[in-house]
Formats: sequence, C-alpha cells, structure tokens
Amino acid sequence: MKYTEDHEWLRAEGDLVVVGITEYAAKELGDIVFVELPEPEAVVAKGDEVVVIESVKAASDILAPLDGEIVEVNEALAKNPGLVNEDPTGEGWFFKMRVDDLAALDDFMDEDDYAEHIG
Amino acid sequence: MAGPRELPLKALHGRLGARMVPFAGWEMPVQYAPGVLREHLHTRAAAGLFDVSHMGQVLLRTASGQATDAARALEALVPADLVSLPEGRQRYAVFTNAAGGIEDDLMVANRGDHLFLIVNAARVEADLALLRAGLAGVGVTPVADRALLAIQGPAAEAALAALVPAAAAMRFMDVARPAWQGAELWVSRSGYTGEDGFEVSVPLSHAEALAEALLARPGVAPIGLGARDSLRLEAGLPLYGHDLDAATSPVEAGLDWSVGRARRDGGARTGGFPGAPRILAELAEGPVRRRVGLLPEGRAPMREGVAIFPDAEGGEAVGTVTSGGFAPSLDRPVAMGYVAAAFAAPGQTLWGELRGRRLPVTVTPLPFRPSTYKR
Repeated sequence: MKYTEDHEWLRAEGDLVVVGITEYAAKELGDIVFVELPEPEAVVAKGDEVVVIESVKAASDILAPLDGEIVEVNEALAKNPGLVNEDPTGEGWFFKMRVDDLAALDDFMDEDDYAEHIG
Repeated sequence: MAGPRELPLKALHGRLGARMVPFAGWEMPVQYAPGVLREHLHTRAAAGLFDVSHMGQVLLRTASGQATDAARALEALVPADLVSLPEGRQRYAVFTNAAGGIEDDLMVANRGDHLFLIVNAARVEADLALLRAGLAGVGVTPVADRALLAIQGPAAEAALAALVPAAAAMRFMDVARPAWQGAELWVSRSGYTGEDGFEVSVPLSHAEALAEALLARPGVAPIGLGARDSLRLEAGLPLYGHDLDAATSPVEAGLDWSVGRARRDGGARTGGFPGAPRILAELAEGPVRRRVGLLPEGRAPMREGVAIFPDAEGGEAVGTVTSGGFAPSLDRPVAMGYVAAAFAAPGQTLWGELRGRRLPVTVTPLPFRPSTYKR
C-alpha cells in the first residue's frame, strides 16, 4: 500500500488503483456522516477534488492522487458513511480508478515513510 | 499575544483523554475518546457533564441591597422584563444596541439582594464595558474564583441530587445556592442542550472534586464542546456570533418572547432599552427576515454560510444558513438560518447552494427535537 501526504492510501488491484483515507485521517476527522463520491467514468486530473467527506465537525476534500478515470465508487458509503471510521483501509474505500501509468505509484510514500510523516 | 487561557479543570480533562482546541480565547475540550456522535447520544440517553468555565459570571449589586433595583437599572440595556423576575428565578435576556441588534445573550438570576449574570465567553469584556458604562449606581463584579459545570440529560437530576438533595425540587429556570462539602454552589435548572439539567457554579477549590463526584454517578460521562454544539442545534438554541449578532434583532431571531410584555407598547415600562423603536416596530409589523429551521433533503449537511435561494436555478438569495450540521439524535442533517419573511412559513421549499449545486431544503419550526425541561 502507498500513501499521499494528504492521508490517502492507494492500493493496486490488477490494472486499477483503489483509493481511501488512512486510519489516522479517519480518526482526525471524527465521525463521518456523509460522503459525496464522484460519478463513475469521470475523467480526473491529479489534484482534482473528487470526494467530499462531511464529519460531525467539518467538510474535507479528497483529491485525485493521479491522472485517470474513475471506474467504480463505493456505493455502500451512501447508506453507511461510518464505514470510513470503522474500516478505513478495507470496507471504507472511496473509489477505484484506472490510471495512465501504474508505475507512478512508486513515487508515493510507503508505510514506513507515512508513519514518519504522521509522526 | 498570549495563548489561550487554561480551564481550571485542565488536568482532569487531560486524565479523561480530551482533545483540546482553542475557542473564544480558551483552551477547551472539544471531545473525549467516544467522539462527538456518541457523546451527543449519551447526553440524550443518560447524562453529560460539560465544563463551561469559559463563560462569564458577573454579579450586579446596588447600595439598597435590593435585586429589584439592579434589575430596574439593567432594563436600560435589555428588553426583558426583569423587575417582575421573582427571587430564586432566572430569565433569558439579550443586550441590544441602538440599531436594535444583539450585543450578547445572557441569563439573569434574581438572588434576593443582587443579580447573577452568565454571559458568553467571547463577549465578557464587551459586556462588562456595557454594564459599567450603562448602569449608574450599580456595582459590576466579574466572578473570577469559580468554575462552571453543566450536567444535562435524563440522568442529570439523580446525579446532582445524590450530592445536593435540594436540586430535585427545583423547576426549570429556578436558581438556588445549596452547600456541598463546605462550598456554596450556585445552581440553576437550565442548560444549552434541550435536555433537563443544571448549571452549577462552584468555587475553584471544589471544582475538580465536584466534577469527579458527578462523573462517579451512574450514567454521567464527560462531554465536549463538539457535542454541546450539535445538542443546542437540535434544540433550536441560537449561538451568539453565528445565529445572533450586532445586526440581528431579537424579533428576527425569534426571541420576541424575551421582550417582556411590560416593555412593549401599552406596557407599564414601554421601551427604554437600546434599539426600542426598531424592536417595537418589528413586534407590531413583523421583521423583514426570520430565523427558521431548515431540513436539507438527503444526507449532505449544510453549514454556516450556505446561501438559500427561492428556486432551483437563477434568482437572488433570500437567506443564509447560520448554523448547520449533522443531528445525531435525528440521524439527518439540520440547519438554522435567516430567510426573508415571505419565505419563512413552515413547509416552504427553498434551495441551499452546496458546492455549486442547489439542493432542496424545507423550512421547519424550531426546535428540531422537543425539549425535556422540568417545568
């Protein structure tokens, strides 16, 4: 698994990348009560705001980590946004995207780097 | 610039695992380990203990030693009827300005030979200045040696009465000064959650012991500022600086009940408070805008600043959200805000603009959840 500085995790799944937020981020945000997901088939550029997370405290944006196309979103979050708190790196994933270049994943932090990042 | 002030119970909050944040010049517990959602629901199901020591406590005295004289003087700054406030009772009031807007909201208690005020933390200095300039012959004394705790929820009465039996006999908005372990507590049966409960002013020497004793009672858990905000939002209670401000009149805010009958046209002491011409005119003719409840359709919360439109597309905004978020007890988003009077009737459909998209909201009466005060 790879990590962004914005506390997203990225996991390669075949030729797709699954994206969610880390346990650290989920804990910092507090109870999540609403997740607005992108449309499947949306073409996104790195840095685009693709997901809005509403916690009991505030709204936060999740940015596309790479250029690519959204191919699937986690529909379960519409009914149960609390999955992000309960299982952020599993059932609480946000979307799967097809990226132009899977090798770009290597540029992100690995687990040790991320642990140091959140220190 | 100095950092935020520390609460007298800072050490206790640390032991309880609070996450501390700066608020109104103080370092405040925003939540404990369970988090805002569970803390909110716990308060409604059992009891929550809140440290609200940041709020201002003020004593008003006159040379006569009669609370009524201080009350008559204070009426020059607020539209409430305070002269009729009986000893042992508390009343809600607002400080108004010459433009009829609100400078702060407060509680005023008649304690026989003086008045006791509780004001908002962020407004303490402004309120003290207002009181000192506006009240000739009244001694204004801020209380610096006391903490303020609130215990709220269905288990609050049993918890406090176990320490202070007299609490059980109090009704909503009663005040009393019972003793506990040699300290005089200043208790009111009131709060800011929509629940039955109490606010307790306690000498600093006994504050931590009292908090620990209450936390040891069945069902009592520490609750942070985050849940305090969602609780008061569900209860339809306005927050100064958000839902109330210097441009907003008490009539617009739906606080016309706080303008005493004696202070209105035809009353025994008509007017005589700052902004009376506007406020009395709005009572007679209706305000141009009103504070209303707004129920967003769907699950997306609409927070402070969301513009409200009459139509799904185009047109000018007719209002703004002033407080909004997720309501844990209702399991849905709720908001309150101001809309033009023509759009303020319950059932009216309006549109809130969220991230460039307009989503339907329905105007609804406040509170969102009925209060459970022991009247």
